[in-house]
Amino acid sequence: MSKNDRPALSRRQLLVAAGSGMLMAAGVAAAPRAAHAGPAEADEAVKKLIGGASIKEGRVNLKLPQIAENGNTVPFTVSVDSPMTESDYVKSVYIISEGNPFPHVATFNFTPASGKAEVSMRMRMAKTQYVRAVATMSDGSVYQAKQEVKVTIGGCGG
Amino acid sequence: MASPSIRIKVPEKAAKGEVFEIKTTIGHDMESGQRKDKEGKPIPRRIVNKFVCKYNGKEVFSSDWYPSISANPYLSFHVKATESGTIELAWHDDNGEVYTKTANITVG
Repeated sequence: MSKNDRPALSRRQLLVAAGSGMLMAAGVAAAPRAAHAGPAEADEAVKKLIGGASIKEGRVNLKLPQIAENGNTVPFTVSVDSPMTESDYVKSVYIISEGNPFPHVATFNFTPASGKAEVSMRMRMAKTQYVRAVATMSDGSVYQAKQEVKVTIGGCGG
Repeated sequence: MASPSIRIKVPEKAAKGEVFEIKTTIGHDMESGQRKDKEGKPIPRRIVNKFVCKYNGKEVFSSDWYPSISANPYLSFHVKATESGTIELAWHDDNGEVYTKTANITVG
């Protein structure tokens, strides 16, 4: 969050520019210096959260629109297959962005009393990117799912 | 910002063992800290950074939020019905304020 090489245009200015048909020019001018995380930053963020555990594919379902016209509010639903009993439940789900200024979007902490590991929320997306959902289980195993979202107008104040 | 408007949807009744959904929204700018004002000065970050759900005093679900969460955060999640009582929801603001809302549920 401490990166200072943000584009000089605010979201509002960008929207004004879009309204007057100047979005393309403004977007091109702003894009090269945008401080967005990439897959490497996302990897790092995941490593910080889960340590050295190996990540398996499966069990996690991440639902996002394939195309988001408005990057200010993109709905997502994540669910994890689990019996959610005292001996076998989902501990946490981390939502990680590969294209926002800060990769960590949200953490959801479940208990067996949750009954079901399924949540829905809405997130900002600065640009077209992959979003990851990483789930840690009570036995220490880690699963993930990944999905790409094409973003028409970014929504991170850039 | 005045005290935020909170809307929640918790079922009034549930069968024992049933997993029910709770839907919530809170009116909040979720100022990301990434934007700049008209003079080009950064607007300081101010978001709701934590959400907690307690069921009869016991924490059953929580969530940590970061600046990528949209303004006026919407959240839906689930809880397993075990006994009649109170669902207490709390949102923690960056400025230290905690906004709460409670609902009663009858389990039978």
